[in-house]
Order: sequence, then structure tokens, then C-alpha cells
Amino acid sequence: MIFVGGIVFGFGLGFSHMARPEVVLNFLQFDDFGLPFVMFGAAIVSGVAFALLPRIRDAAPLTGDPYERRLKPFDRNVLVGGAVFGVGWGLSGICPGAAYASLGVGNITILWALAGMFLGAYAQGYWRSRSQARDTAVTGAD
Amino acid sequence: MVTDPVLLQTAADLFPNGISRYAVGGLLVGLGTVLIYIGTGIPAGASTFLESTLSYVSDQSRFQQYVGSRDWRVVFTAGIILGGLAFAATFQSGLVTSSLYEPGTTGQLYEVAGVTLWMTEVQPWRLFLGGILVGIGTRIGKGCTSGHGVCGVGSASKTSLIGVVTFLTVAIGTAQVVAALGVSHE
Repeated sequence: MIFVGGIVFGFGLGFSHMARPEVVLNFLQFDDFGLPFVMFGAAIVSGVAFALLPRIRDAAPLTGDPYERRLKPFDRNVLVGGAVFGVGWGLSGICPGAAYASLGVGNITILWALAGMFLGAYAQGYWRSRSQARDTAVTGAD
Repeated sequence: MVTDPVLLQTAADLFPNGISRYAVGGLLVGLGTVLIYIGTGIPAGASTFLESTLSYVSDQSRFQQYVGSRDWRVVFTAGIILGGLAFAATFQSGLVTSSLYEPGTTGQLYEVAGVTLWMTEVQPWRLFLGGILVGIGTRIGKGCTSGHGVCGVGSASKTSLIGVVTFLTVAIGTAQVVAALGVSHE
């Protein structure tokens, strides 16, 4: 089910040309306003499902997880991370989901972006693991 | 009723490639998300794959929280890549056509075993540098265009709406600056 969902998701990204960094950049430079139709079109479809499913049944068949909203807590990180992501997105025209789909449509050059993403994700993970360990040590000393 | 031709022309200028391919593609992206949600109850985001996959090779404490979800995230991502390939083998190759699909003119097309593939002309340094920032940013900011943009907005999460507004604004600013500096992408 996850696999099929992924295929439909990736096919949609290909069909909408969001797997092409040029088309994303065209939107960000106001040359083509198609992108919001993709993002909000998808959000409306998922929104309807998120709203309806909890009323129809209690739990998902494959995981037994309840259908509920899993809201992410808001803090400064959402703004800081969002801004850093924004610079990267604006520079490259690439976001994670579209990058995987881009590889599928034959865009081998995208491996540069994927390598960068893993490097960036690793760097922040390394840094945050360290600062978390430090915080714990400080708390322990009190 | 008479439609103002100037207004129509303005609308056409905003959408040089039409709207249908974006709208249909967006509906499919949403449908993919819904299929996963129906099956698992998980609102799927694409960027956590980066950290969850790193947990296979790194024992940094930050990545360990994703050990439980890393297997299905690999399946999800493999599906996305195959979905892209399925699109390439059908519409991109011209095997299937539809009035709803308008082919693009960007990048380069090339053929492997009868399948028309596509390659970007955006400079590798932009992709690499942008990729690093995307990797850092989506992880600190708790989501990307699918996690915040599709699932978060879909569940009317205030955090995600703020996230989307933040990265959309900054991305537009960045792209405008890059373009103003004369760096072309096609």
C-alpha cells in the first residue's frame, strides 16, 4: 500500500513537472504559476481524507494506528529550518519528494542534489546529537 | 456574458503551460498521500527519509528515533522513484497522451531502451549547494513541501502553515535574487 501510494505520488510529481527543477524555479521567479495548483490541489485531496477517515473507521488496517491528526509542535526551529530550506529550494528548485521522482524520470544530474541533501541532513543530525548529549550532561551535573 | 479578452490574456501569461497538468498532478500527489494514510494512518512526508536512512549507517543519537519507520520510508521512496519512471515510460515517452497533459520544453530529453528520459539543465553546483541547505533546513524545520505543504496544510496544522509561508517566501526571495544576479537556469 505504501509502495503503491509512493508510485502514485511519484507519478503525480512527474505529471505535474514538479520533478523538473526548472519548472519550480519558473514559479519562484513568477514566470509560471502552476506550482500552487500542485501543492494545494494535493493538500485538498489529503485534507478531505484526513477529515473523513477518522469518522469512518478507528484504525488503519496495516498498522493498527489510529486515524488522528499528528500535529507537529511549533517552535523557533520551524522558522529557522523553513528559512534555510527556502534558500536551498530557491537556489536549486528541488525539494526531497520531487528529487526522488526526478531520479525516476531520468534526471541523473539530480544525484548532486540528493548527495547534498544527505550531507546536509547528516550535518544537522551530527550537530544536534552533540548538543543534545551536552544538554543531558549539563542537566546531569545539576 | 462577454469575457474580457485582456483578462484572458493576463491569465494565459500566468500559466504558459496551462493549468491541467499541474492540477491533475497535484490530485495524484494527494491521492498517493491518501493511499498511504488509508493503509497506515501515517501522514507521509518525503524528507524524513534522509534521516531515517542515515540511521542504517550512523549511530548518531539524532537518527535513532527513526529506526522504527526507516523500512517503510525506503519503500515509500522507492515507490516515488518508480512512479517517476512510470511517468517517463508513458506520458514523457509519448506512449500515452492526454489533452490534460502538456509536455514541457525545459531540460534535455534522451532515450534509453525506448524510454524517453529527461535531464535538467540547472547547474550541478546549484543542485548540490541547494541540496545541502534543503537537507539541513527540512530536518530542522520538521518538514518539507510534502510533509508541511501537503499533509500539514491538509490537516490544517498551524505549524505547517507557518512553515509553508516561511519557506515559500524565502524561496521566492532567493530565486529572485539569483535571477537578478544573472544566473540563468535554462
